[in-house]
Amino acid sequence: MTSAYILSQIANGVILGSMYALVAIGFTMIYSIVRLINFAHGDIFTIGAFTTLACIALAKLPFPVAIVVVVAAGALTGMVIERIAFRPMRGAPQVTGFIASLAVAIFLENLAVMTISAQPRTFLVPDYLNGLVDLGLMSVRMIDLMIVLLAIVLTIALVLFVRFTKVGVAMRATAENYDVARLMGININRMIMLAFAIGSGLAAVSGLMWGSKYGQISPFMGLLPGLKAFVAAVIGGVGSIPGAVLGGYLLGLSEVLFVALLPPEYSGYRNAFVFGALIIVLLVMPNGLLGRNTEARA
Amino acid sequence: MSAVLPLVRVAVIAVLGWLLLLAATSGLDPYTVSIIGFVGTNIILAVSLNITNGFVGLFSLGHPAFMTLGGYLTAILVMAPARKAVMLKSLPDVLVAQQWPFFPALLVGGLFAAAAATLVGFPVLRLRGHYLAVATLGLIFIVQSFAVNMSGLTRGALGLSGLPALTSVSWVYLFAVVTVYVSWRLKHSSLGRTMLAIRENELAAACLGIRVARTRVMSFALGAFFAGVAGGLWVHLVTLISPHSFTFLLAFQLVVMVVLGGTGSITGAVLVAVVLTVATEALRPAEEAAGLFGASQMTIAVVVVLVLIFRPAGLFGSAEPNLFAWLHRGARASLPTSNP
Repeated sequence: MTSAYILSQIANGVILGSMYALVAIGFTMIYSIVRLINFAHGDIFTIGAFTTLACIALAKLPFPVAIVVVVAAGALTGMVIERIAFRPMRGAPQVTGFIASLAVAIFLENLAVMTISAQPRTFLVPDYLNGLVDLGLMSVRMIDLMIVLLAIVLTIALVLFVRFTKVGVAMRATAENYDVARLMGININRMIMLAFAIGSGLAAVSGLMWGSKYGQISPFMGLLPGLKAFVAAVIGGVGSIPGAVLGGYLLGLSEVLFVALLPPEYSGYRNAFVFGALIIVLLVMPNGLLGRNTEARA
Repeated sequence: MSAVLPLVRVAVIAVLGWLLLLAATSGLDPYTVSIIGFVGTNIILAVSLNITNGFVGLFSLGHPAFMTLGGYLTAILVMAPARKAVMLKSLPDVLVAQQWPFFPALLVGGLFAAAAATLVGFPVLRLRGHYLAVATLGLIFIVQSFAVNMSGLTRGALGLSGLPALTSVSWVYLFAVVTVYVSWRLKHSSLGRTMLAIRENELAAACLGIRVARTRVMSFALGAFFAGVAGGLWVHLVTLISPHSFTFLLAFQLVVMVVLGGTGSITGAVLVAVVLTVATEALRPAEEAAGLFGASQMTIAVVVVLVLIFRPAGLFGSAEPNLFAWLHRGARASLPTSNP
């Protein structure tokens, strides 16, 4: 096991972590405002990947433009889902929203199967993104570098937005106390919709990254990364954006290193490792690494 | 309580029902018979999930995991020793030598699932709400990856194929009746009342001296037992088990049955299980003919969202409406219900 091998595996972990982090941010934002674990989040990720493919292969848009379109498409889907499925049942027990989000997920997956078939598709990125970049210790593909940089830029932008803008403060107030925020004249519906829009936009970008990195997409691709991003959000502490990012990178790195460093016969237990980690984290630190104590975890 | 039927009467009715079922299915083609088998296993699954999710209010998605455990063990116990020796290299010799009849194998499969549920239950059931849901969902993936990777015991992703088609309508019927009966007696017993009390208010229940943790694990294990049996029945109906036989999608469908029927309502779970299974099978040819794969799942998803919006308590809430009241109207007051 050479140091170059370990370095490149760490790079892979960071890339995977970037994708998890972006999806986990959405989970956390939506959860902190409406206390809903949105199962359909993984499918927004899928939609992002397919929108990218459509932009590049059909509409022949340049890659940077495609990114913007993908964010918009993801945000729009998120808002539509919120309006149609989740808003009418606001205030219902939490499990109700969870089941509804499962239903939305099944709906979106089957819609994808029906319209674009269940066959996996090859995902091609422009050639210049496949070029190698020399980083001194190792060389990585352009796309890998782009994924990590894009994830960092988006995360920083989001944190600044939430912390310093007026709308960001309003969002945090809504997450803090829904009813009091409403008394202060904050438009709750708009805040919730915004949380869905931002979270879904980020998930869609993550789907774009996944497609560019692994080169293949299918209607069911979002299920497992979506669930693992949820695990990441829980590890970081649900409700905390820095926690989601930290959890995403931790999970991405440890998952890749679990596969890379252990003998190959264990690599098949990758999913068992991730979900086992979830259960252990929930039991040992129910509030995650950076989460705050919310009296009853439910 | 008048709702609890005496065992003898239930047995007589059950035997009569069995004879009727045998008469009705004797001339049917194998395809229809297998659909009846699916309806029955889904009844077992929905009613047993209702014990965990409906009575105690634990939102578990773990049923497919327990079905996988029960299914594999039943299949291994029933399989001929000669085949096992060839197919399953690292199976302990004790197990290789065994070839059990179907019934005890099913029971042991169920007990195995229940034991696993007890083991997992003590830590995991401390979680609440959707944390529990995701942890139990994780259980599906954990069991799946063990089934894929322990190829000496399970033949890995290939699965065990060519299993004997032992599951007859009678077996399914027997276990469906037992599941419904046990679940019914449970609901109207003091244990069932404590379960419902935990669902309504855990703190208050604990204050009244109910041992919450133990009751939760008990309901989880009981649900898992029937899930394990249903897994055994299912795999001997389709004569195949693979790590991907019972997935997250199945968990969703089962939860849908419980939610649409009304969490806690046995009648509701049975009715929706029957309707949903028959509808899915009936729609399949239409779906294939029209080339609209996934249309039936989409319809179900839309119905679920609509029900959650407009009738969040499901069809019957926690009640058990007396569907045969018109038969003996006035003979008996309608059943007492526990509608919250």
